[in-house]
Amino acid sequence: MSKQQNTLMGWIDDRLPVTQTYEKHMSKYYAPKNFNFWYFFGVLSMMMLANQILTGVWLTMNFIPSAEGAFASVEYIMRDVEWGWLIRYLHSTGATFFFIAVYLHMMRAILYGSYQKPRELIWIFGMLIYLALMAEAFMGYVLPWGQMSYWGAQVIISLFSVIPFGIGDALTEWIRGDFLISGATLNRFFALHVVAVPLVIVMLVVLHLLALHEVGSNNPDGVDIKKLKDENGKPLDGIPFHPYYTVHDLVGIVVFLMIFCTVLFFFPEGNGFMLEYANFEPANGLKTPAHIAPVWYFGAFYAILRAVPDKLLGVIAMAAAIAVLFVLPWLDRSPVKSWRYKGWISKVFIVVFAVAFVELTWLGTQPANDLNTFLARFCSVIYFGFFLLMPFYTRMEKTKPVPERVTGGH
Amino acid sequence: MKKVFALIAAFIPAFAIAAGADVHLDKHLTDLKDTASLQRGAQTFANYCMGCHSLEHARFNRVARDLGIPEEQMKENLIFADKQFGELMTIGMHKEDSKRWFGATPPDLTLVARVRRPDWVYTYMRSFYEDPNRPWGVNNAVFKDVGMPHVLAGLQGRQVKGTAQVAVGFDTLTGQEITEEHEGVLYLAEEGTLSAEEYDKVVYDLVNFLVYMAEPIAVERERIGWWVLLFLAIFFVPVYMLNKEYWRDVK
Repeated sequence: MSKQQNTLMGWIDDRLPVTQTYEKHMSKYYAPKNFNFWYFFGVLSMMMLANQILTGVWLTMNFIPSAEGAFASVEYIMRDVEWGWLIRYLHSTGATFFFIAVYLHMMRAILYGSYQKPRELIWIFGMLIYLALMAEAFMGYVLPWGQMSYWGAQVIISLFSVIPFGIGDALTEWIRGDFLISGATLNRFFALHVVAVPLVIVMLVVLHLLALHEVGSNNPDGVDIKKLKDENGKPLDGIPFHPYYTVHDLVGIVVFLMIFCTVLFFFPEGNGFMLEYANFEPANGLKTPAHIAPVWYFGAFYAILRAVPDKLLGVIAMAAAIAVLFVLPWLDRSPVKSWRYKGWISKVFIVVFAVAFVELTWLGTQPANDLNTFLARFCSVIYFGFFLLMPFYTRMEKTKPVPERVTGGH
Repeated sequence: MKKVFALIAAFIPAFAIAAGADVHLDKHLTDLKDTASLQRGAQTFANYCMGCHSLEHARFNRVARDLGIPEEQMKENLIFADKQFGELMTIGMHKEDSKRWFGATPPDLTLVARVRRPDWVYTYMRSFYEDPNRPWGVNNAVFKDVGMPHVLAGLQGRQVKGTAQVAVGFDTLTGQEITEEHEGVLYLAEEGTLSAEEYDKVVYDLVNFLVYMAEPIAVERERIGWWVLLFLAIFFVPVYMLNKEYWRDVK
């Protein structure tokens, strides 16, 4: 592969395709030149993943994964470990900003049809990352062993018990490793949270990127930039990822970090939505808190669960709300990718869906009174309507012609 | 676990009612930079609270350093028994004993201001009233049937619950205070060693100290935060210009 056999790089390249890989994924990876604001969130998600792994490693150095020691060890980190408070807040605030980045990244895919053929696998890998991330975040929240850690885990794990034929109870017991949430549960969640799930997430991210770089990035116009190439075989509307998008992403990273640091240094509890107040009280299996609420990033699915009056159906609805996302590439029958060229029904549905999702997220963190339950039901119908009606409205609506070249840009 | 489900299901409507019956909480304008107030709060805590309530995640030397209390003074006034300067602020009372005496073990208060929030603690400490039906002769308007005696009663005096004239506003013409007769209000039947205002100040300082205690790094955290944001703001300039420079030749 290498041209310069005599250099160190040439020596390495003859044995390991470093230059080739670098060119394929960075300096000769041609990305559309019209990426906008929404395209920051992929790299930002990766940055938050790196943040979680790094701060997580340092937290494990002082965290004690036992029912007797966990809570006190977190306070030890907050008080006695040099810069421990910063590492802990980077991790706890990082979880929130990881989810913000991931949700906006997913919204980008929905807006511009990035999940459509030939990018179905990218979307599937992305959804698997999201699923693993939810498990990771849930188990991570159990570790500080506060009241909400304990009771949140109690509520969520007991969801499995609705599975009929005696499987449910056996399954919940197997997950907990005990008849109740206990130190045994904490120990296994620690192992999964620190070793198993992060490994899975990192491997899925690699697959997500490999699949992306195989077919190339979509763009806000949904135009295939590989159709029109110059005499050298480079896409006319493409620019090398490095240096163009590395310097571009750096701007987004700094702005994102400013918001992240504002929350981290000035509102680390996130008004009780990130670090719930009740979680500053050690877990107590005999004292149920007045209001068990999930952390904000699970709010939407929790709201859908509670919106259904029947337990079993509620759990099915919640599972379906996540499952339906997996088949999104096959629900969208539109001949165009981007919502810019889809018909008005799609545009209205996307906006209403986004509003409903935000509303559900809010409702999931609030107590369920009559009004909230009604709103949760209403928004759940919109949520499912968006997906289940998609095969019909995307096919029958009139789309606009997609241009040959990308528009806007720089 | 059907039981857990039933428990949770039974619990959701109960909350809605509880939410409606929330008591009014007075605002605590926390000021963690008021070192004198924090010191007075620490003193009050050591004198009145620490017999029963530990601060088991905090250390004496850290409190002394953060609050600017000299080591000797700290040892003399705040550290009891044979505790070392660098030790955790635990107490001698056994949890089994106190559970027998009070019906519940007095909770550790290191994080109480983060769990209950400052307003709640501030209002709670000023809401004890006489109730002969309770073992200690007092009840609390914020925490019904609490097992704790009114430790600061000597300072506050006798507070009772009953019918009293409550100020509801001012007459716009005469400027005179308008009062209404309300039922179930707390009023001072007999002043203690402090006036009502002085007592509020003592509780204010105590809560200020507990807010510090719940997150000792809070002031330092914000101070560092401003420097971090300043760095990012400055760093943004070359990053932005670098991006602009590179993108000049795109189309």
